[in-house]
Amino acid sequence: MNPHVILRVVSKFLIPLIALFAFYVQFHGDFGPGGGFQAGVILAAAVILYALIFGIDAAKKAVPPSAVRIGMSLGVLIYGGTGVATWLLGANFLEYGVLAHDPSHGQHYGILAVELGVLFSVASVMVAIFYAFGSRQPDLTDEDW
Amino acid sequence: MIPSVLILDIAIMAMLVVVAFAIVRMRSLFAIVMLQGVYSLLCAAWFVSLDAVDVAFTEAAVGAGVSTILMLSAMLLADRQSKPIEMRRQLGPILVVLVTGAALFYAIPDMPAFGAANSPANAYVGMDYIDRTADEIHIPNVVTAVLASYRGFDTFGEVVVIFAAGLGVLLLLGLNGNAGKWRARPNGVNVSSAMLPSAQAATGESVESLANKQSTEIPPAKPNAAKPKKEASKATKGGRS
Amino acid sequence: MFDLIFTHFNYAVVIVLMMVGLYVIFATQNLIKKLVGLSVFQTSVFLLYITIGKVSGGQPPILVESHGGDHALLSEPVLVASAAPVATHSGAYGPEVLYSNPLPHVLILTAIVVGVATLAIGLALVVRIREVYSTIEKDEIDALDYHFNLEGIDG
Repeated sequence: MNPHVILRVVSKFLIPLIALFAFYVQFHGDFGPGGGFQAGVILAAAVILYALIFGIDAAKKAVPPSAVRIGMSLGVLIYGGTGVATWLLGANFLEYGVLAHDPSHGQHYGILAVELGVLFSVASVMVAIFYAFGSRQPDLTDEDW
Repeated sequence: MIPSVLILDIAIMAMLVVVAFAIVRMRSLFAIVMLQGVYSLLCAAWFVSLDAVDVAFTEAAVGAGVSTILMLSAMLLADRQSKPIEMRRQLGPILVVLVTGAALFYAIPDMPAFGAANSPANAYVGMDYIDRTADEIHIPNVVTAVLASYRGFDTFGEVVVIFAAGLGVLLLLGLNGNAGKWRARPNGVNVSSAMLPSAQAATGESVESLANKQSTEIPPAKPNAAKPKKEASKATKGGRS
Repeated sequence: MFDLIFTHFNYAVVIVLMMVGLYVIFATQNLIKKLVGLSVFQTSVFLLYITIGKVSGGQPPILVESHGGDHALLSEPVLVASAAPVATHSGAYGPEVLYSNPLPHVLILTAIVVGVATLAIGLALVVRIREVYSTIEKDEIDALDYHFNLEGIDG
């Protein structure tokens, strides 16, 4: 009998809500406190909580390390790619005004893309760091504490 | 009449100082790491009182959440206790800290008062962002606007730094926790990173047994390790011809 | 002199916290405790920045409208963009609202996340040091280094 029944049940209920909250923080960041950095860390926290409760191997099945590795670089690429896109449209690096007809709309699109890049990068790096530390652990029983 | 916010500030500051001194006194690494999380959470509470809601959000998620988890997992791979510090080793650091602190306290009167609206830090560029965000960026959260648009270069640099730090950890530990660990079986002799002298020192064996093992086990493996490759290459050549 | 205590108390507290962190970095030999001290020092610097950016009686730097709902701002962007900027600003947001300085918030927001990434690098180094030296106390590591330098790694 697993001694962590309550932890398992409660976290199964909470982890989807945490992930949902991360996306709320991400896309509501223009209007309230929040943004890519916070959302990325909260999304990573959901994966880390899953790994803590159900074991790191189960977490690696849900979020494979290869996806994490791609996500790390994809975030930086999205951010830099937004800058290159503004270059190609004839403006300076990361000058979002040219992304739409109306400069303030362009700013919206630019901020959205950039925050998405931050989200990918931060969430993947945090999960990758946790995988790196967690996979190196020898197996511990509860009595070891 | 003391404003209620000031009472909150003073209470949080008192708790911060108590927690900081507790970190100095503690020797159990588990307690130290948990206190560091408490310290971050208290800081986050004070950030809310200081109007920095975005920063409080980040500090609560990062400082109290992720960094505590990372420190705990690193602690599991290292030690549970820190050694006590001898008194004579404490005198130098105390002296340095007292002199540095005294110098900083001496500089306090030159700083603007707490909450001053017309201080140099608050008068120019920061307030300019508030005025211009409404017209130029057109989103309510000024922090997001400055972060992503006005200072987009800066944030790009930060993202690259985070990426580089993640790469560094992966190089040091490996995404599957296997960096620096290797195992080979050249010609029937098992060789792995655990047999290296450094790893032997880690398991606490004496230096002599270390030297013996090294002279007996690893050197014979090396010439043998080269042979199978040659044979294999010969075989492939023969197959081609 | 006593006025100074009431108007500059934040700096005094921040300096005390900073010096506690500095003491932990200097005095302790345990590498993980050193990293905790570094993180206490770092958080104190964050506090210094944020307390400087606070404006008494100010609000968090999230613009509020003097009329209309939360998102009414975005429902009529064309109107606002075409109107005269200064007039829009005073009309839509109300010049009477006082905000705290957003610039330190932005600097510290990114510094926190970068701080945890660099902390992870430090912890990874500590883990590798522990695997090689079987200790994370700095004086023991120094003694081992000294031994190996004198006698060679074969001992």
